[in-house]
Amino acid sequence: MTATLVIFWGFAALAVGAALLCITRKNPVASALWLVVTLFSIAALFVVLDAQFIAVLQLLVYAGAIMVLFLFVIMLLNLGRGGPSDLKGPAGLAVGVLLAGLMLVQLLGLRQASAAPGLAAGAMARAAAEQGMVPPIARPLFSVYLVPFEITSILLLAALVGAVVLAKRKL
Amino acid sequence: MLLGPSLAVSAVLFALGVAGVLLRRNAIVIFMCVELMLNAVNLTFVALAQQLGVAGQIFVFFVMAVAAAEAAVGLAIMLAIYRHRQTVNLQDINLLKG
Repeated sequence: MTATLVIFWGFAALAVGAALLCITRKNPVASALWLVVTLFSIAALFVVLDAQFIAVLQLLVYAGAIMVLFLFVIMLLNLGRGGPSDLKGPAGLAVGVLLAGLMLVQLLGLRQASAAPGLAAGAMARAAAEQGMVPPIARPLFSVYLVPFEITSILLLAALVGAVVLAKRKL
Repeated sequence: MLLGPSLAVSAVLFALGVAGVLLRRNAIVIFMCVELMLNAVNLTFVALAQQLGVAGQIFVFFVMAVAAAEAAVGLAIMLAIYRHRQTVNLQDINLLKG
């Protein structure tokens, strides 16, 4: 249990630190790479929280596909070289930090309202040990959640067509 | 259990994403901060799925699909804007201002 806690807090600290660096770096490429570190750490947290399949998905989809798309666009637009900082001025900075701090206080307050205890501790890990990692997610996904799943495929098709149309030379 | 700590980490990451959206002017960096907020919410879902069943993990799956679609379309919009204005700095994009 202590080893789990050490791993959890280590990756949590890494995620928060990398996110902090991500929002403060001047260079968009550096921001993107620090965001990749954050996404990797969150994937590690998923593993600690008994969601191994989601962790692999996080690495493939977020750290793999989406961040490559971001870096590709940054380099296509030639934004990689350091210009003047795009951080807002002192007034904007103060208001932004104040609002984000307010948000943090509210979210931490919400944490006090504890969730109703549904499953026994370690039930997810036991289900994974009995049936494997994927079946406990795949079965409901293709039965109870079949209609949302199909709608997602239509959404992805629409996004595909939309991205091609928007990125064409003549809008 | 790790539920409380996970929700705390998720709250901090979400607040950092909000701060990034509020503090930066580069549209692409703002977009990355939105992704960061989506990830913070995913962490909440996975943490609660430990107690409330596998539906939380399935919702994370849908969030990822929507995030992928959003990234593709959003970055295409940014390419189109850059082609017209030669910038992605939000302060210089004031076409709708009378």
